[in-house]
Amino acid sequence: MTSPLFPHRHLLGIAGLQPHEISYLLDEAEQWVTLNRSLTKHDSRLRGLTQINAFFENSTRTLLSFEIAGKRLGADVVNMHAAQSSVKKGETLIDTAITLNAMKPDVIVIRHAGSGAVALIADKVDCPVLNAGDGRHEHPTQALLDALTIRRRKGHVQGLKVAICGDVLHSRVARSNILALTSLGAEVRVVAPATLLPDSLESLHVTPFTDMDDGIADCDVVMMLRLQTERMEGGFVPSLREYHMLYGLTYERLKRAKPDALVMHPGPMNRGVEIASDVADDVNRSVIAEQVEMGSRCAWPVLTC
Amino acid sequence: MTRKTAIINARIVGRAETALLIEGDRIAHLGDAPLPADAELIDAKGAMLAPALIDLGVFAVDKAACIAGGIARIALMPDQNPVLDEPGIVQRAALAAKPDLWVHPLAAATRGLKGQELAELALMQRAGAKAVSTGRGWIADSGVMAKLLIYAASLKLTVISHAEDGGLTAGAVATSGETATRNGLPAAPAMAEAMALARDLALVRDTGARLHVRQITTGAALDLIRQAKRAGLPVTCGVAPTHWLLTDIALSDFRTFTRLSPPLRSEADRQAVLAAIADGTIDVLTSSHDPRGPEAKRLPFVDAEPGAAGAETLLPLALGLVRDGVLSMDQLFEKLATNPARILGLDAGVLAEGAPADLVLFNPDTPWQIRRPDLKGLASNTPFDGLPVQGRVLQTIKGGQTLA
Repeated sequence: MTSPLFPHRHLLGIAGLQPHEISYLLDEAEQWVTLNRSLTKHDSRLRGLTQINAFFENSTRTLLSFEIAGKRLGADVVNMHAAQSSVKKGETLIDTAITLNAMKPDVIVIRHAGSGAVALIADKVDCPVLNAGDGRHEHPTQALLDALTIRRRKGHVQGLKVAICGDVLHSRVARSNILALTSLGAEVRVVAPATLLPDSLESLHVTPFTDMDDGIADCDVVMMLRLQTERMEGGFVPSLREYHMLYGLTYERLKRAKPDALVMHPGPMNRGVEIASDVADDVNRSVIAEQVEMGSRCAWPVLTC
Repeated sequence: MTRKTAIINARIVGRAETALLIEGDRIAHLGDAPLPADAELIDAKGAMLAPALIDLGVFAVDKAACIAGGIARIALMPDQNPVLDEPGIVQRAALAAKPDLWVHPLAAATRGLKGQELAELALMQRAGAKAVSTGRGWIADSGVMAKLLIYAASLKLTVISHAEDGGLTAGAVATSGETATRNGLPAAPAMAEAMALARDLALVRDTGARLHVRQITTGAALDLIRQAKRAGLPVTCGVAPTHWLLTDIALSDFRTFTRLSPPLRSEADRQAVLAAIADGTIDVLTSSHDPRGPEAKRLPFVDAEPGAAGAETLLPLALGLVRDGVLSMDQLFEKLATNPARILGLDAGVLAEGAPADLVLFNPDTPWQIRRPDLKGLASNTPFDGLPVQGRVLQTIKGGQTLA
């Protein structure tokens, strides 16, 4: 990384990026649309370079996005899954980072369950580090791909009303999206059960809502979050059906938003919990598949700049 | 023949005299009377002389750090391996640092610090325990806490507690607020402290037991302490420099040296702590010394252990309170030595004829910079790395002996 237009060694989060830098990454990503949709789909920009995808937490779409983007750009891509690595044998994260560094990679893409873990590794290695999600902290490429999806559909982000709905407390996607979309000039609302709303949200320049109907009223974009059932052991919501009644996105509820409002979801979806299947599958409203396509697109500029 | 040492040309805290005579391990005389010819002379050259610090509630026996910090006595938290919950373990801990440092073990209130069954408090008292402590944690079961307070009161033992409601703080590593939200850190509301304290104060009112809360860090809880003192309850509390100097903003870059228990608070709470130091609501300043190596700290923030090294930096950071006009020099040493000694029932912490010759000689103005590689203790996990401070310990004297 580090081009004059993007003077950052690592991409650890949206925090710290200037609005024009976010726009620059989106513009770059836009260029890859044509290549990605063409027959050959290949470029040699990263030929001879080694990219390690170190995923300490499971992932399907983010890992595939980075792997495919790296390969289409000509890099030698290696995936490290924590489940089959020395992490299972008790190696500390720092030792793993030093080991990875000793392999002399040119870029490391990291996902980890601990907030701040990616920054910790970035401190210890000699190559650029891309954050593919750290705990509840940030998931910057998800925010970039969401912003790109919105921009392609709506033509701009500035001035749009965006509602981010669901388990905001545990969501790195929500944090990165709040930062990216407010930075690009959108009016962002956050809708969640009171038990899943983090403290001091006003300081992030968003408006919190606990009533979904009020929260999505008149919105241009309704962005649903996965209800992280694996993190629900503390009992933040009484039951999935109650959650669905209050916060599930149904056609009935979607009528509150603008008639052309986009429906987004970072995946994987809990159908029938946070989103009804017919809404998720409506090609006229849902851009969920397009978000995945933009995912590999957004991996490209961050790998190349 | 008893060894005699005379310290001359000193500015003695709280006294007009400039000389002090030590005979054996006691202060024999304060004042400028003719000194015995056979006394060894220490020329303080205008440096300050004060009672050595008594650090109420540290997590490790760290001789080098204590000597460098002017600390002659520590009250050792029971959270050791093994836990200080048996008379034999307490007795051994009391001998751990002889002859360089007094270790006053705090007896674990409950077996294994599990918060369920009372430990053998009287036997541990006989083995040398000066007070009882709930350790790093709060006793969740109010029935157990009530029995602990009644029983400890009957033994005239002070109970030293930790004020954080365990239900609210389970899994949390930060105080709820903007920083925790931005960084995506599991957080608990600051009122967890006042909630825990309110229950314990109600039990104190009912049982008459003496309670010392090792650290109080929020305005709401300090108000409760203030009211309790006004009502005449036997309650005292302490705080560490981290909580009068730092706020949760220090967590922004995920540096694990700022992972503390209780966690760092808001600016409003920091100001409340300063006000409570000034008005006497806070009785004790402690280092809360908790040296931790990389295996506990070089981890993602949520996985790191809480605690900061502080013994070597307590005095210089506390001297800042005098420079800032929060406390007078006399008041400072009440909180660093006299009050901790009183709470633990120790014959120490004052400069008086007949008192133990545990002294610290220091220059309050010497500027220096806290730098991790320069720290002498077991580990250098200080959140104050790089901070310029003033005040340097010249000599730590314990029982009349100057320690290296």
